[in-house]
Amino acid sequence: MKQLAGKARKFGDNINTDYIIAGKYKFKSTDMNDMARHLMEDVRPGFIDEIEKGDFIVAGHNFGMGSSREQAPLVIKAAGISAVIAKDFARIFYRNCINVGLPVIECDTDSIDEGNEIRVDLEKGIVHNVTKGSKIKATPLPPVMVKILNDGGLAEHFKKHGEFKLE
Amino acid sequence: MGTIAEKILSAHAGKEVKQGDIIVSPVDFMMSQDGTTPLTIRAFKGMQGTKFKDPSSYAIVIDHNAPSPMESVSNLHREMRTFAEQFGARLFDVGEGVCHVIVPEQGYALPGSVIIGADSHTCTYGALNAFATGVGSTDLAAALISGKTWFKVPSTIKLQYDGKLPTGVYSKDIALRMTGKLTSNGATYKALEIVGEAIDALSVDARMTISNLAVETGAKVGLMRCDDKVIEYLRTRARRAFKGVDPDPGAKYESVLKEDVSKLSPQIACPPDVDNVLPIEKLEGKEVDQVFIGTCTNGRLEDLRIAASILDGKQVAKGVRLIVSPASKEVLLSAMECGAIQKLVKAGASVTTPSCGPCVGTCNGIPSDEEVVLSTANRNFRGRMGNSRSSIYLSSPATAAYSAIKGFIADPREVL
Ligand code: SF4
Repeated sequence: MKQLAGKARKFGDNINTDYIIAGKYKFKSTDMNDMARHLMEDVRPGFIDEIEKGDFIVAGHNFGMGSSREQAPLVIKAAGISAVIAKDFARIFYRNCINVGLPVIECDTDSIDEGNEIRVDLEKGIVHNVTKGSKIKATPLPPVMVKILNDGGLAEHFKKHGEFKLE
Repeated sequence: MGTIAEKILSAHAGKEVKQGDIIVSPVDFMMSQDGTTPLTIRAFKGMQGTKFKDPSSYAIVIDHNAPSPMESVSNLHREMRTFAEQFGARLFDVGEGVCHVIVPEQGYALPGSVIIGADSHTCTYGALNAFATGVGSTDLAAALISGKTWFKVPSTIKLQYDGKLPTGVYSKDIALRMTGKLTSNGATYKALEIVGEAIDALSVDARMTISNLAVETGAKVGLMRCDDKVIEYLRTRARRAFKGVDPDPGAKYESVLKEDVSKLSPQIACPPDVDNVLPIEKLEGKEVDQVFIGTCTNGRLEDLRIAASILDGKQVAKGVRLIVSPASKEVLLSAMECGAIQKLVKAGASVTTPSCGPCVGTCNGIPSDEEVVLSTANRNFRGRMGNSRSSIYLSSPATAAYSAIKGFIADPREVL
């Protein structure tokens, strides 16, 4: 897996799926590029215009709480965000990210500030804060999830095996 | 030796499993709604799916945006109808009601079963002793093809509610108290086992309100025991034989929280989070512009009857809108038969098609800027009802109905 690099875009705790993409948009279409314009609109208006391809969403606890809408990770991906880094994640969201192939990294994010240059080595599970010259160790992904991510998401896993091959 | 969650998953995995184990489990029933089915179709096609493992174990419900308010939505609905037709899934179309109310009513949610739904409140069926949890569209598509999904067997937090609920205090108040206490991530990745004499005393309808809010604590499931009330509820509904699953006496819990509900007040969740819960005494007098009674949390017959009994012969306060969304066709018909709908409409309520209504901001009652809404739903996030400049408070149907008459948050114990 390649290295990811970009700037940190910092959020707080409990960013829910309604903030990531509001219900009023998710039912209208399945065009993620179109919906990506509304990413985080209610909590950070204009967010989509601030970010550059490769940037990271960096947050506190319980990122992605709420709905099961897979539009949430898909819209983050479509916006060009390379990964979400948070202290911890809500269950359904975390699983959806792996399934659709959006990397999620669990680590202490307190020392990362808005705009910091970040590099992530997914394989080693290390987050480098280039601006501050520090390294943060991430919690490793559970082995089942590594399997699914390595196949490129659950759809690819199924295309390859035709069923669950997790053992 | 196991919790309800461990025992249901052991029976499905065909071997004894314990918390932390990763298992692939057969799935007994699956569901998706109009917000998640279009992506399920995409994922199914992306996986080169050609048929469902068992079409009779899948239902699609059009409830979130129903009837369709715009052409783009209508086109997605049409795509869903075609998909259901082509692969033989059961479709509950516009007007049938909210997915989590239909699934139990139609006898799909059975004790001891494993259910996944592409909607986070699938945990509602925990009240019927089903290991039921929300997943995304891709997980659902994989289960449609294989009949299976994978789980990490969760550890369990046991919540024991003792005592007798005072008059004017309901299962929703227990549910809000639960989210306030556990907080929005207090049970992430875990199972809740919700027991005690206060739960035993509740109807199955009322129990579903509590299991419905399990996901608001981050939990995977909100399991209850299968007792005579559950068996009676399912007597005319169950689509196949079932057997309830009780926890073993020596089951290992991560923690046990006990609470006596006999002094509980009506509870209110304040914006913008469901765990921001206060007793009503702290909020009485807060003016409201719109009151909404409905949803998979509190749009069942019992809820409408309670609201109707409070609004009977009264009028909604001037300047307040009361929107009522019966949660299913069955609920609407029964509420008409017992006269609840007439009472609500006479009092000034606007009754919508059985559907999610304004719960998720798609149609039927989007608040304006600066407005305050009191709702019986399960989420009060900013923008949840379609306008990020409005604020949403959550309560029981009784508190909502009485507040609609008063025009401000008011304590229903005054009139009950
Ligand atoms: S009523 Fe609200 S919470 Fe329930 S399924 Fe519909 S949108 Fe979701």
